[in-house]
Amino acid sequence: MQTVKMVVTGTFSAGKTEFIRSISEIDVVQTERKITNPAEQIKESTTVAMDFGRITVDDDLVLYLFGTPGQRRFDFMWEILSEGMLGFVVMVDSTRAETFQESKRILDTFRTYAPTPFVVAANKQDHPDAWEPSDLRIVLRIDPEVKVLPCVALEKDSVKTVLLELLYSILDSVEDEGESS
Amino acid sequence: MALKGNLRDFSTTQLLNLINLARKTGTLTVERNSKEVARMSFREGSLIFASVSHGNSRLSNILERAGKLSAEQANTIRKERGKAGDKELGMMLINAGLVSQADIIESVRRHTLEIVYRQFTWGEGVFRFDANVLPPPERITVPINLEGVIMEGSRRLKEGERLQDELPDLDMALKFADRPSAGIRNISLAVEEWRVVSFINPRNTIRQIAKANSMSDVQIRRIVYGMMHAGLVELVPCEGAKPTEPDRPERVAPGKRPAPMAQAPAVKRSVVMRLIDRIRRI
Ligand SMILES: Nc1nc2c(ncn2[C@@H]2O[C@H](COP(=O)(O)OP(=O)(O)O)[C@@H](O)[C@H]2O)c(=O)[nH]1
Ligand SMILES: [Mg+2]
Repeated sequence: MQTVKMVVTGTFSAGKTEFIRSISEIDVVQTERKITNPAEQIKESTTVAMDFGRITVDDDLVLYLFGTPGQRRFDFMWEILSEGMLGFVVMVDSTRAETFQESKRILDTFRTYAPTPFVVAANKQDHPDAWEPSDLRIVLRIDPEVKVLPCVALEKDSVKTVLLELLYSILDSVEDEGESS
Repeated sequence: MALKGNLRDFSTTQLLNLINLARKTGTLTVERNSKEVARMSFREGSLIFASVSHGNSRLSNILERAGKLSAEQANTIRKERGKAGDKELGMMLINAGLVSQADIIESVRRHTLEIVYRQFTWGEGVFRFDANVLPPPERITVPINLEGVIMEGSRRLKEGERLQDELPDLDMALKFADRPSAGIRNISLAVEEWRVVSFINPRNTIRQIAKANSMSDVQIRRIVYGMMHAGLVELVPCEGAKPTEPDRPERVAPGKRPAPMAQAPAVKRSVVMRLIDRIRRI
């Protein structure tokens, strides 16, 4: 059985949870700050919001989707999460220009973790205030070879398209029949 | 008359049951390896205080460990009020508005329970019960019902044994469960568990994961056990190939870490094709 993973990142409220929820075959495991053990109550906030979804391909291939925790102080986990990922999606809340700079920072940070392919999802395109993907490309200074895709995380087909585009980029980056698995 | 023996023959559970039922007053001293000593005091069958030879059980230390006093405050207190008894010190701290009475009670209670629960896991040790010997009167004691303590202690003991049983081999690897159980919805991962999650791969042994995260055997066992119980992961034989950088130093300040792995995903074209095919069909 081989498992592969992709990471969905982005600012708080960009739509990471919705994205994974729309496509995962299991209920998205969304963890919240919850302290169950009384002995741990002294330690503040021991748990971190994250999403965890799954798509089974066949008997011996499973894809996991991880949504990164939003809180900045858990940045260190981004790196841990990004380990061995196939690629990542940067979700941007296209309706909130005040989050663009932070999105850019997240994107740049992730790129330093691994040279894996990624796409930018210009999310909430169903919203009248949403910025166009092409405008986002300029604002976020995205390289021409990187895809900036319109997205509505609430809609499965839209999420499918984003994931497929990411997979096409991954396919392009994979050497012909690579040796290791 | 004298209650003396070795935990090998008469366990902590049995001892506490006896003390509880006979409503004994006095102090139980347990000594392990002739250096570690735990003392637990009881009044009329209730646990009231505990201390260990290798840990300070003065109020200033207890409050410091509980996070109710800063290290600086605790140091100043020890320097300037070192001779004050705990009760006197407690009054002073309350009057100065530094802690509340509830803080003190809860901290002492926690301190006491922590020692007793740890003591439950000693499989061996010479014990002695000295009737009517109690902590010095200046100490703050908090009565705790022994029945609850015995239940929780046994539970922890069993859990410890079960961990040993169910996870005998740290050289096994982990994988995400194929069919996560329904309970997975309510799972809640702690930071430490998160660290483990990111290393889950049939190629990494549990031992390697522990090492990569600077975790002890006990810590990793508890985490893995919890995740197995939640139906998130399953044990599998290790596939043996290269581990995911088990030597990578952890806990370096974020931003100061050496550039990580930086490897393109080692994945076959055919795997990507299968993923594409599957997602198209969703
Ligand atoms: N209109 C609209 N709302 C969305 C979309 N994606 C997410 N949302 C909403 O935005 C909010 C934040 O989404 P969430 O997935 O929780 O963000 P996260 O913090 O990145 O996980 C929620 O109220 C979502 O329902 C979208 O494509 N369109
Ligand atoms: Mg979320």
